[in-house]
Amino acid sequence: MITRNEAIKLIMNKLEDDDLVISTTGMISREIYSYKDRKANFYMIGSMGLATSFATGIAISNPKNNVVIFDGDGSLLMNLGSVACTGYYSPKNLTHIVLDNYSYQSTGSQSSISKDIDICRIASASGYELVKDFPQFQERDLDEINISINNLSLYRIHVSMEDTHDISRVSHLPVEITNNFKSKIL
Amino acid sequence: MSISSDNFIKLLKNHSFYNVAGVPDSTFGELFNKVDEDVEINYYRANREDTALGLASGISISNKNCCVLMQNSGIGNIINPLTSFNLLYNIPVLLMIGWRGYGGKPNDAPEHWIMGEKTEEYFKMLGIPICTFEDSEKDSKQIEKKLISELGSYDQSPNIKALIIKSGVIL
Repeated sequence: MITRNEAIKLIMNKLEDDDLVISTTGMISREIYSYKDRKANFYMIGSMGLATSFATGIAISNPKNNVVIFDGDGSLLMNLGSVACTGYYSPKNLTHIVLDNYSYQSTGSQSSISKDIDICRIASASGYELVKDFPQFQERDLDEINISINNLSLYRIHVSMEDTHDISRVSHLPVEITNNFKSKIL
Repeated sequence: MSISSDNFIKLLKNHSFYNVAGVPDSTFGELFNKVDEDVEINYYRANREDTALGLASGISISNKNCCVLMQNSGIGNIINPLTSFNLLYNIPVLLMIGWRGYGGKPNDAPEHWIMGEKTEEYFKMLGIPICTFEDSEKDSKQIEKKLISELGSYDQSPNIKALIIKSGVIL
């Protein structure tokens, strides 16, 4: 199984400069920040469960930009109602990446319930148009991840637990993150 | 006195609020249905108040005015997003909150008594400015004037603010 850090790196390398990234709280934001800090990255250091609706509002308001959410299993499941709402409004320029390690790793690796939940079917039933499950994601699968303004999509990538001791925290102040991000959507 | 939903919608448009996200509340009479039907306004039917706030925040950071229409029973659902997101990242949003259980027991249904009494305190505790609409003796022109002032100042310089509106003010 691929590590989350490796999956993040592969997908981040695929992005264009003006693609907007929203990353959920905890290790996911920290790993994105550590690998490739960009002004077009919005690191949500708190507000677990809000990435889906926030990114949806951005996608609706910026239909020419790709908007990519890096979500976790815990944060997705925390607010499934948002997934239904996003599926209902179906912004076609939104790509939802779920990095699923079946656990709340940032709080001490407690188990979540995602292993037994079919996240892809939930997304698909909610109106996501393109949905794919990757139990054994590899570099060659990158071609199947279609970041475009043509489909509301969700990709569930199963990732392994890994040692995260060396990953630094996001050093930007939250208001700097806002201002940096705004400079990329003006 | 009250103002009509149609008039209220006109005020929203006059101040560039073409995006509204919300969870319904009977406090606002016909407003939700009318906003939803209005061809010029994008109304987002959120299924919970934090989803409405998230949507509105995404629209707001994209430099468009957006308000959240909700009832005070949903305040609990937005405390975490307000404290660890909107206030922290300085992402403006105008909250318009129906005041169920105004004045506390015995007004309104029992489930609204506690929140009806504590509604203002939540925002004071968080340091979020509020403006209340409760003076039923004022005429509709005065309500309109107050709304214009609130919507206008948001439009000029967006911030995080809550308008707390008693039942019957907007019909």
